[in-house]
Amino acid sequence: MENLISRYRNLTILAILLFAQVLGLAVQVKRSSENTTTRLIRIWAVDAVTPFEKVIVWVQRSTRNLWQGYFYLRGVRQENRNLKQEIEQLKIERVSLSEDAQQAHRLQALLGFKEQYIAKTLAAQVIGSSGSERSRSIYIDKGSRDGVRPDQAVITADGVIGKVFRGVQDHVASVLLINDQTSGVGALLEKSRVHGVVRGTPTGEVVLEKVMTDETVEPGEKVLTSGGDRVFPKGLTIGTVTKVSSPELFLNIHIRPAANLNRLEEVLVITEEERREPAVASTEHLRAADILAQRLPSVPDQPAETNDPNAPPPPTNGLKITPSPNAPPPPTNGLKITPSPNASTSAPAAAPVVAKPAAETKPAASKPEPEVAKPQPAPESTPQ
Amino acid sequence: MPITYTSHEQVEVYRFSPPVAILIPLLAVFLQAFVPLRFHFFSIFDLPLLVVIFFGVARRNPVSGMLTGAAIGILQDALTPSVPIGVFGIANTVVGYGASSLGVRIDVDNMASRFLVTIFFCVVHEIVYFTVASGLVGITVHWSWPHELISALANAALAVGMFAILDRFKQRT
Repeated sequence: MENLISRYRNLTILAILLFAQVLGLAVQVKRSSENTTTRLIRIWAVDAVTPFEKVIVWVQRSTRNLWQGYFYLRGVRQENRNLKQEIEQLKIERVSLSEDAQQAHRLQALLGFKEQYIAKTLAAQVIGSSGSERSRSIYIDKGSRDGVRPDQAVITADGVIGKVFRGVQDHVASVLLINDQTSGVGALLEKSRVHGVVRGTPTGEVVLEKVMTDETVEPGEKVLTSGGDRVFPKGLTIGTVTKVSSPELFLNIHIRPAANLNRLEEVLVITEEERREPAVASTEHLRAADILAQRLPSVPDQPAETNDPNAPPPPTNGLKITPSPNAPPPPTNGLKITPSPNASTSAPAAAPVVAKPAAETKPAASKPEPEVAKPQPAPESTPQ
Repeated sequence: MPITYTSHEQVEVYRFSPPVAILIPLLAVFLQAFVPLRFHFFSIFDLPLLVVIFFGVARRNPVSGMLTGAAIGILQDALTPSVPIGVFGIANTVVGYGASSLGVRIDVDNMASRFLVTIFFCVVHEIVYFTVASGLVGITVHWSWPHELISALANAALAVGMFAILDRFKQRT
């Protein structure tokens, strides 16, 4: 027997090594569902590699910041002008969107819906990856001491990228990307509102699963998080549908992720979410007719005529209202509104009648207030 | 007496200083984890595997070859959070054993043989990985012959240059 072992010494050692590793695999596979602790060897490996990665990333970032912040400033002025224009446009868009959002919030409040809000995020730097085509995960330079916990959502400005994997260390955490085959994200299609599950494939693609073939899904449609997985808040962008085929019972939907998963540098970890009812102005005593009246252009109420010279002037919100010389005597529709000296000069020469946004409704108001143009900055004036 | 296809003079056994034996695998694993973040195409290469092959054929000692393979493989596994530890370990152990056994029998110091040996072991590595991952762990692994061959060719091309650099650290016994 001894001769046999010594004769096949190398093969024996190979068999022992392989057997030990297979045994280790079996133990891990069995415990994977029960045990979420990190193996010590993973901690050692990460500790051995990540300090170098952190140093390199730091040097790279500092150099780039120095170059871009102090030397390479070509085109910054033009970019600044463009950004200012974009801000102006976005402000106008925001006004019109906030109207819809307020309405949606009121309806949600009426129905007792609770929304998930992103309460707190943590910016992190990507310092490494698994380095394997078989597993798609990255390492970030923030860990449990910074508030990172397993199963927290990780996003960029473009969209969802993954979630924090188990085994978060003090200053390092691993993030499982959405194109890893073991990941899964609850998703819904933006237009059709069809729900499904976004998964990665062994080749690193992203697909939407569990959508029946009788649903209509068009390429180009946006895919958002549904919030059903309790990891990702609802409404975050995952990607866009690129290809749809129907081989069997379920559609085969390919997605192009909104975030570039191959070039990640900085990410945001959603460290705190809040579930609360949307905050809206109370509409307790407001009738539907009043809401409608506020939304529609209306004739302002006639100011109460008084002969009392000591009577207080009507509220003007900083605007001085003077009758036009050509205007007929009151009642009048042709009030000339002259900004008071204290009012902002950028106040719009707004139409004399401004329908107040619903958000500004007062709880007890049973009737629209006299219409007076408010001194708002130009872009924020309510579009007529 | 093993059957060899090289003369006795050609079969030289090399050793490496402890810092080199530790730092080169660590550097390979580090580069493999870091470079694909900036250059995604780099993920087609498998630097730790190339290091296992290099140490295996240079030392020509199966025990040391398989131990090196196991250590580097487990290190790779440890950095891959979604895969249990041991999948890369088993694949690299087999490659380490095979490379060192082959190194005893054929001349692996010229470019052509290094190129072919690397292609062969890259394919062996992928087959073992595929078998273990899908058979033992239950991970769905995509197998595509064109991709595996392209990957093997790319690794072999890199290996020729890399081995020439690593040759400088060899020490004759």
